[in-house]
Amino acid sequence: MANLDDLYREIILDHYRSPRNRGELDAPGVVRTEGYNPLCGDELTVFLDVRDGIIVDIKLTGHGCSISQASSSMMSAAVKGKTVDEARETIERFKQLMTVHQTALDDRAEPVVADLRTMGELAALQGVVKFPVRIKCATLAWNTLSQGLDDAYGVQGTGSQ
Amino acid sequence: MSAFDPRRVRVDTPLLGRVINGRPITYLDSASSTLPPRAVIEAMDRYYTLHHANVHRGVYQTAVEATDVYEGARAAAARFIHAPGGADEIVFTKNTTESFNLLAKSWGAANLQAGDVVLVTEMEHHANIVPWFQLRDARGIDVRFVPVTDDFRLDLSNLDQLLDGVKLFSFTATSNVLGTRNPVAALARAAHEHGALVAVDAAQSVGHQPTDVVDMDADFLCFSAHKMLGPTGLGVLWTRAAILASMPPFLGGGGMIADVRLDGYVPADGPTRFEAGTPPIAETAGLEAAIRYLDGLGLENLMAHEQTLTSDALARLDARFNGRVRVIGPANSVDRGGVLSLDVDGVHPHDVAQVLDQFGVCVRPGHHCAKPLMRRFGLAATARASFGPYSTVADTDVLLDALDSAVSMFG
Ligand SMILES: Cc1ncc(COP(=O)(O)O)c(C=O)c1O
Repeated sequence: MANLDDLYREIILDHYRSPRNRGELDAPGVVRTEGYNPLCGDELTVFLDVRDGIIVDIKLTGHGCSISQASSSMMSAAVKGKTVDEARETIERFKQLMTVHQTALDDRAEPVVADLRTMGELAALQGVVKFPVRIKCATLAWNTLSQGLDDAYGVQGTGSQ
Repeated sequence: MSAFDPRRVRVDTPLLGRVINGRPITYLDSASSTLPPRAVIEAMDRYYTLHHANVHRGVYQTAVEATDVYEGARAAAARFIHAPGGADEIVFTKNTTESFNLLAKSWGAANLQAGDVVLVTEMEHHANIVPWFQLRDARGIDVRFVPVTDDFRLDLSNLDQLLDGVKLFSFTATSNVLGTRNPVAALARAAHEHGALVAVDAAQSVGHQPTDVVDMDADFLCFSAHKMLGPTGLGVLWTRAAILASMPPFLGGGGMIADVRLDGYVPADGPTRFEAGTPPIAETAGLEAAIRYLDGLGLENLMAHEQTLTSDALARLDARFNGRVRVIGPANSVDRGGVLSLDVDGVHPHDVAQVLDQFGVCVRPGHHCAKPLMRRFGLAATARASFGPYSTVADTDVLLDALDSAVSMFG
């Protein structure tokens, strides 16, 4: 049986209660991207300020469940100050984390994850895969970030404009 | 009063035997879909075991029996809603949604021109909004909304003005989000005085109170079998025979024709004109069994039972959570069905539902296909608990304990 504590880790609840990087950016060149999860009505807007290939600032607005809110807060903390390439790499690793492996559906097995140790606090979100309907909540922020980077800097762009 | 006892209904409902996360299931999602009693499941099983054949085409014994099952259910549905013209006024559809699409795309397309107005309400399900918007986009009709008051009722203060020039007033008998029961007959009378026809969304009412289309003064009625203890995949559109006869076909194909030649076709008369292709047949056997079962329980009894449950739940939610759990709907059980949309302060409905699932409690998080209504109250979603014939105060006990747990987890 999937345990609620796997889903609502303390660090997730902490990000939910005190979300990081809330707010808007309106500096010139800021890219604004909206994400939407029609299933539960979660809405997220990501503001990205990228200069010389570095995400110098990121802010978020919107509303959603604890998982989508915590995931977006953790996402913003994970990519702020990073290069666009590093951010894309983190997105890829996060998506891997959210992939439902067959073993994740087996109660006793932990999901197979490339390397949890490199994920920092994001690893706390791995429990989400045991609750498949919540995966979309966790990935909303990452898909929106990915979209924002694609829109602004080209699908394979490095952010050097 | 007959001795209505929800515990008997529970025994008759196999799914209530499920254990979820180590606890007996607490099913509080009947507004989404009701749980069928064994009689319904067995009726469909018996149909496939003994009678299955395609309808309306065979002369052999089982084909005749299958047709009898199908047409018998049509007659049962007509009796159930007191259709004045009997079975000839019952069109089988896939669900309420398809019934509204049939209404808009057949009657609407034939009778509404650019500038004509369809009046709906702000508390409608998308099924009674989107087909009208589609017609608006296709041919320039106008869609108007009756607003909803802060105490979750229709705001009828400007009804006369709103009805001006309206061709169809289409509204729900019971809101699937608020639980509000609308004064159907009074609304219908007002609409008729303005020369408008009246369509009633009975999806949330047919399984919970008696239905009489004559008393309602309705011209169209839409409902789904799966919200009245019946199976999925089957719905009904009722309209008076004279209106039905004037409506052009909806889907084309086999079953709905009188004749087809190389240069064209002649549609069939009566309800079959709207029933193209092989219909759901076993499901109609299930519907007839559901009707018999509901009649046996007594819909008056069910209404009283759900009213008692709702009063009790409203009082206990208020007492226990002190405003921390807000009910988005009328605060008392007068003119109100057993639907409790909950807004838990500081806990997103998705999280509420997730914690409740841990207790085996089934509630629905989301916008309940009524986004204009949710926007009206500044909400993206609620966690909705809703009662059915098998619900008891013990379900409310479990709900309250589970809510307590959700509140303290995120508090
Ligand atoms: C008031 C109302 N109308 C229409 C519908 C649509 O019913 P169905 O999904 O069976 O077409 C529902 C069901 O959710 C409802 O509650």
